[in-house]
Amino acid sequence: MKLTGAEILIECLKKEGVETIFGYPGGVVLNIYDVLYDSDIRHILVRHEQAAVHAADGFARATGKVGVALVTSGPGATNTITGLATAYMDSIPIVVISGQVPTGLIGNDAFQEADIVGITRPCTKHNFLVKDVADLARIMKEAFYIAASGRPGPVLVDLPKDVVVSSTKFSYPESVSLRGYNPNYEGHPGQIKKAVAAIMEAKKPLIYAGGGVILSNASAELTALAKKLDIPVTMTLMGLGGFPGSDPLSLGMLGMHGTYCANMAVTECDLLIAVGARFDDRVTGKVDEFAPGARIIHVDIDPTSISKNVKVDIPIVGDVKRVLAKWLELIDKENISGRDEEIKPWLDEIAGWRAHHTLSYEKTEEIKPQYVVEMLREVTGGDCIISTEVGQNQMWAAQFFTLDKPRCWLTSGGLGTMGYGFPAAIGAQAAFPGKTVIDIAGDGSIQMNIQELATVVQYKLPVKIAILNNRYLGMVRQWQELFYGKRYSHTVMDYAPDFVKLAEAYGALGLRATKPEEVREVIEKGLAHDGPVIMDFQVAREEGVYPMVPAGVALSKMLLA
Amino acid sequence: MRHTITVTVENEFGVLSRVVGLFSGRGFNIDSLSVAETMDPTVSRMTIVTRGDDQIIEQITKQLNKLVNVIKVVDLTMGDYIGREMVLVKMNANEKTKAEILRLSEIFRGKIVDVSPSTYTIELTGDDGKIKAALELLQPLGIKEIVRTGRVAIQRGSVSA
Repeated sequence: MKLTGAEILIECLKKEGVETIFGYPGGVVLNIYDVLYDSDIRHILVRHEQAAVHAADGFARATGKVGVALVTSGPGATNTITGLATAYMDSIPIVVISGQVPTGLIGNDAFQEADIVGITRPCTKHNFLVKDVADLARIMKEAFYIAASGRPGPVLVDLPKDVVVSSTKFSYPESVSLRGYNPNYEGHPGQIKKAVAAIMEAKKPLIYAGGGVILSNASAELTALAKKLDIPVTMTLMGLGGFPGSDPLSLGMLGMHGTYCANMAVTECDLLIAVGARFDDRVTGKVDEFAPGARIIHVDIDPTSISKNVKVDIPIVGDVKRVLAKWLELIDKENISGRDEEIKPWLDEIAGWRAHHTLSYEKTEEIKPQYVVEMLREVTGGDCIISTEVGQNQMWAAQFFTLDKPRCWLTSGGLGTMGYGFPAAIGAQAAFPGKTVIDIAGDGSIQMNIQELATVVQYKLPVKIAILNNRYLGMVRQWQELFYGKRYSHTVMDYAPDFVKLAEAYGALGLRATKPEEVREVIEKGLAHDGPVIMDFQVAREEGVYPMVPAGVALSKMLLA
Repeated sequence: MRHTITVTVENEFGVLSRVVGLFSGRGFNIDSLSVAETMDPTVSRMTIVTRGDDQIIEQITKQLNKLVNVIKVVDLTMGDYIGREMVLVKMNANEKTKAEILRLSEIFRGKIVDVSPSTYTIELTGDDGKIKAALELLQPLGIKEIVRTGRVAIQRGSVSA
């Protein structure tokens, strides 16, 4: 029996186990939407295509499955660019299906035509233009495989209208064979042994864990390694939750807004064990003075990440989970008696740094944003999914919301996308309807995708938005304060909507706190409400994120407050 | 340092643009690029001449390898290889210079492939040194136009790249 391209597409999604997609209809995808009408696949209609992609991304980060978005040609497709670039920078597996004008019109400046394969080439892991319906099933299989395997990433499939309409026999390939694409998962056995020897020899070892730990589901292995050998762990923004933040071995985040303790430990360690992390400039500060006395082990599935920014002594190309499992196997054969005594001086040194400067803030009569984040942690007990926007809100969330589990932290680390958090929360909430999902937002960021309030109300997705409202583009203002003589050029955001009324206008609940004593009550009320909520916390306007390492400066040279 | 890198790719829509986009997007330099089908019509081979320090060249080869349609990347500079380029040189030719142009063409084993009342067009093939030397000697006689293919290269001996 022959199926149309639209029917084949839906069958492919079913074969891949896709139950929920995020999208926005339009002219050239009408046939797909017509088939979708009768299918069991749940479609969530967003209000802007950018949100569809962020929602698919949030869904993927929270579940570990491939997220899917469906959009129309031209503007529908170009609106996905920020979402694709966000997912690309953070290695998130998503498949975006875009409609395209009929093949005969491609290149003719047809209505709603854009060369989306050309536009998205630099911000996708791979992309396809389907020219023949006979290739569709194979391409869909390849798209899902490429998105999820190796270093994950976004894949775009562009579907011209005539391909969607024409028919062929449907057969879904069992396997994928791509001549040039063979990710290496295992890691070189010789290098693995060398790394274990270095770990056993080190007197001041430190684990530097990145998002790769979460992407490869390696939290258990990482935790086992750290605990077995008493190795302290610092995490990148993307790695938060990869190791329990409340464990005594956790030093919290490192880098520009990392803890004093973590940054000093990086500077003083004799062995840095980088797992699934890519030495981003926000982490290293001045590269020449990053871990200056340390040998460096680097485990990463992507060979291009190794020795890109920092020279590595023991590179291992492989999947973090598998490499860590092999390390553990080898370490089991080692004699580790007496290790406690050997590592004690290093742990004592770290305890000294920890005592010297902890994450803290001055309590005043105004609401401190850090306090709001602490209260969110306290009231939820940490049992929730946190998404963030970008800026001060993101850094305070990273610093003060201690995460103990992976896949509970959705944040745009690489691209730093304002407007990411709310739609990402929608994706996570769609995946886990019963879970508490909180978007920690700034008043600037939330306005970038605030139209999605309609989506959460329509689909009864009870996302909670906590706005740390300081009526500034806070992080930019902080830089202007520190480096531009307090010339607050265009960072004042006094003309914001009344967020409580705005929530109500969309049919959501709006709550506001203006004094510290109201914070807890608002959070409790907001979390107890059976539906989407905006909690508007009017926080101290000129609060800064500290510690801070100015861009391009050594990690040891922190501004502490 | 200049490196000659061969890239074997699947002969698919947009592959050249992926490779070129990688260079421009990451700020790598392309000195020359030539590309055509191989004996297998589903596979094409590119020869790219690029430059950079060891770290940049390592990134270039790794990034190329990462592209889904790239089958194989070989940096020929590390071994013994033959590199050739073809140049078409259109010379202003008058009664005074015609004989000298013919003589130089012969010395460099070039071929005159087109003649008009006022021009000679020479086809020249060779490695960088030969092409450079030939063009230097032809220059004073009046070069009107040059077209170069960019380098193509292959490993010596039985090893295949």
